[in-house]
Amino acid sequence: MKRGPPSTGAAVQRREGLAKLTGRERYVDDLPLEDFLWGMTVRSPPPSPRGSITAIRFGRDVDWSQFVVVDHRDLPGPNVVYLIEQDQPVLAAGVVRHVHEPVLLLAHPDRDALRRAVHAVEVVVEPEAPVLDFRLPSRSDEIQYGPDNVLKHLRIEKGDVARALAQAPVVVEGEYETGAQEHVYLETQGMIAALEGEVLVIRGSMQCPYYVLNALKHALARDETRLRVIQTPTGGGFGGKEEFPSHLALHAALLALKAGRAVKMIYDRGEDMAATTKRHPARVRHRTGLTRDGRLLAQDIEVLLDGGAYVTLSPVVLSRGLIHAAGPYFCENVRIDGRAVFTNAVPFGAFRGFGAPQTLFACERHMDVIARTLGMDPALLRRVNLIRDGQSTATGQVINDGSDRVAVLERALDVSGWREKRRAHAAFNAARAPVRRGLGLATFYHGGGFTGGGEVYLKSRLQVAGLPDGRIEVRSANIEMGQGTLTVFTQIAADRLGLAPDAVVIAEADTARVPNSGPTVASRTTMVVGRLVERACDDLRRRLGLSESARGDSVRAALRDWHRAHPDQSLVGEVVYEKPPGINWDDATYRGDAYGAFAWAAYVAEVEVDLRTCAVRVTDFVAVQDIGKVINEILARGQVQGGVVQGIGWALMEECKWQDGAMVNNQLTNYIIPTSDDVPPIRVAFLETPYPHGAQGAKGLGELPIDGPAPAILNAIAEATGADPRTIPLTPERLMTIAEFGMRNAE
Amino acid sequence: MSVLLPGSRREALELLARSNGAAMPIAGGTDLLVHWPQRQEEHDRAYLDLSGIAELRPVEWTPDALVLGGLTTYWDVIRDARVGRELPLLAVAARQVGSIQIQTRGTWAGNIVNGSPAADGVPVLMAYDAVVVLESVAGREEVPLERFYEGYKQMRRRPDQLVVAIRIPRRPYTFQRFVKIGSRRAQAIAKVGLAVTHSAAGGGGWRVVAASVAPTIRRCPSIERLLEEQAAVHSPEELLPAIARDVTPIDDIRSTAEYRKLAMARVLFYDVFRGREQGAGSTDHGRRMTDNG
Repeated sequence: MKRGPPSTGAAVQRREGLAKLTGRERYVDDLPLEDFLWGMTVRSPPPSPRGSITAIRFGRDVDWSQFVVVDHRDLPGPNVVYLIEQDQPVLAAGVVRHVHEPVLLLAHPDRDALRRAVHAVEVVVEPEAPVLDFRLPSRSDEIQYGPDNVLKHLRIEKGDVARALAQAPVVVEGEYETGAQEHVYLETQGMIAALEGEVLVIRGSMQCPYYVLNALKHALARDETRLRVIQTPTGGGFGGKEEFPSHLALHAALLALKAGRAVKMIYDRGEDMAATTKRHPARVRHRTGLTRDGRLLAQDIEVLLDGGAYVTLSPVVLSRGLIHAAGPYFCENVRIDGRAVFTNAVPFGAFRGFGAPQTLFACERHMDVIARTLGMDPALLRRVNLIRDGQSTATGQVINDGSDRVAVLERALDVSGWREKRRAHAAFNAARAPVRRGLGLATFYHGGGFTGGGEVYLKSRLQVAGLPDGRIEVRSANIEMGQGTLTVFTQIAADRLGLAPDAVVIAEADTARVPNSGPTVASRTTMVVGRLVERACDDLRRRLGLSESARGDSVRAALRDWHRAHPDQSLVGEVVYEKPPGINWDDATYRGDAYGAFAWAAYVAEVEVDLRTCAVRVTDFVAVQDIGKVINEILARGQVQGGVVQGIGWALMEECKWQDGAMVNNQLTNYIIPTSDDVPPIRVAFLETPYPHGAQGAKGLGELPIDGPAPAILNAIAEATGADPRTIPLTPERLMTIAEFGMRNAE
Repeated sequence: MSVLLPGSRREALELLARSNGAAMPIAGGTDLLVHWPQRQEEHDRAYLDLSGIAELRPVEWTPDALVLGGLTTYWDVIRDARVGRELPLLAVAARQVGSIQIQTRGTWAGNIVNGSPAADGVPVLMAYDAVVVLESVAGREEVPLERFYEGYKQMRRRPDQLVVAIRIPRRPYTFQRFVKIGSRRAQAIAKVGLAVTHSAAGGGGWRVVAASVAPTIRRCPSIERLLEEQAAVHSPEELLPAIARDVTPIDDIRSTAEYRKLAMARVLFYDVFRGREQGAGSTDHGRRMTDNG
């Protein structure tokens, strides 16, 4: 394994680790708060996902004079949650488009009284024809967005797919489906709104303080000087706290403004699961032309995403999904056509991977379907087609990063014992016992940072301030949610200036104090924002009049000297994102460099399938990836292991059960996530081929590990059983219906 | 909400009688807690907290029975080494209830009166011919567990009665097996549960008890008959008609009727009908069916 010299980070502990370990960390619900009201939401009821609100009836058993009641008429500005398109209301105004749409907000000092009051409001909906299956074309009376209910249509084209398919010696087709997934962050959504003088202050669990700020600014028609958003320690996000917290912040703010008192809103698990976003369900079709020895000649891919009842982030989820759909392979002729469509389901939104897990599941499962059709070793099929330096992706991005993708694959095969285990499994399965074993592989990639010109558009700003006591303070809007931002930023800044980790302070993500360094999403924090930390450290050093090589004592001394010479002044190094040279993207043609850098990976899953119950147990897992540079190995391993566990859940057990476009198994009793007993040993290895424009050479890591597990596991099940599963979650119930291998074969 | 805190069994029975059946006895409280936030209406009633009644806790071995107290927990049984030797399915099932935290609070009597068709403790008790001992101020009554349930959450316990003991006859067994098919390897609710025993002793024979496939946990007389008659069964499919006579699985939020029938047939075929021969010598008395080891 290639390894650079150890950074100072090797010994850096997670900065907030002790507070979390000892239970002293204060999440939003733990903050001391006096004289406040609880806030709750009255939502549109099942069974009508779509219709007009004809009446709102307040029960007679409640003394409503004790309650603060807010509806859409209380909005000072436009009734819109500001995002890509301004189509989603803060509170329903006359019509609803999905079950559980927020209609009214109530506040009261007593939480139980509030719960009873919420149940005492009846929202009457006159139903209209809903769209509930994203795979079916909409009838004319079901159209609710544009001419055809298509929220976004995108196409990527390279070469001549029609001709290449017509001439290909072998064509393999396949259709694959993936289900929704619930984030199951440990800390449910929560927000406090309070007026402090003229300033409306929002404190809460969130990934993107400036998204919340912008949403407040727009819908409350309130300028930034009278708004302040502070992220509180966040117990997991996984994308679920990317766009959704804007809704809750607006709700809490409206109640607080009307009540003239602080308002706290904390969702319980049932409301959180029923009413907030999930991963987009998807259907992906492949038509692939190949030579008889397995070389890709043409990839024709059609992607369909269920967008749910509002646009939310579906266009960009679709975009990332499409860009990753052809896999980490070289092919001259590629056509990827994708649509995100409207349905009357609770809107889908950001979730770790952001469209890529869906399309990569299809791609990697399809590679094994191809391998079986050709009678070829799935590892060899991938090795033949993995993209080499100098070759281009579907968008025409020439890959030239020096990373050895075949070496990543080979290492995964070695560590997993691929060849020996496949032989051993074949012998084991030949005994026809009720238990079968199999090994499955996925090779994949994930682009770090915003897609295309996104990072340029964000214009992220970041500051590193020099303090009078010789310490420095990193000021960014990027937040800690368990993934390690505080620790990694500490390491990057400490390494850059030769300071001890405890000489680095990370400022609270408070929009009154930190510049907008962009959202904490898209695997961009370490790679993109971490690089801004380095550059801001350099800028600070320049402002001190130090040379580029100045580190440690000389920096500390210069900081103290500067402050002695400039009492009561502040010293701030500041930078704005600059596009790395040679990166070009054309959004009109969808061609060019989709991402600054891709991380590359090969994952191997081993499974045992019990033919009696069709229960699948993942018995071993190997995850190998080249992420440029490992900045903190413990945290990096944690990201990979967590992603694999989340992937096991998505592949095998996490199933959202729908009724009228809403999740009905919205409790952890019936939405099944893996326990520690369902998780195999996860063996993680890193290769490091530095990316020159990432912090210390790092590429994005956060999302990569959710892309590979599902296809690797399904491929292993296919290998173990001879079945051909195409849909996840592959629950035992689903596997039993497709399992023609049957018990007659088990002797 | 009002909580009654009796200090003795006698006092508990009197409080129960006086409340006219309105008070709900609580032992571990583990079933109550699950729905507590959602069921506001259950907050406004009287609860009879049994936790102070020490006499209901101990496990007692008599010459011909194991007697669990009304407050005996799963953990009490797991820790009793004689259970592991003589009535091992009790320990096997107890270990598959919820988490260790639940096992240390939840009680066998609570598992019976909660009446869930998916209970983990009830199937093994029924397969061991357990008898429910009920007591009220009017006196004691004993009901065999297999006749205790009358319908979904309907049972032969009057509101003034407490389950004060569960009596399990001591017999030598030649076959004992508990299988729980859950949605994951731990902390799962059974999609199918099966407890199967065979004893050659007087009053013995085959017991096949199924969970999560009918409105109540129940014995499967048709399957038992096939075993008693030593019928030749060549495939899981041949068991389906008997399964259809014995149980009525449904599609619900956890599984499907079809899956439940097929999984039950396959487990019975491979683990019971084929396992009969080696049953006596086997020490592997139970498995999680997500556990393929």
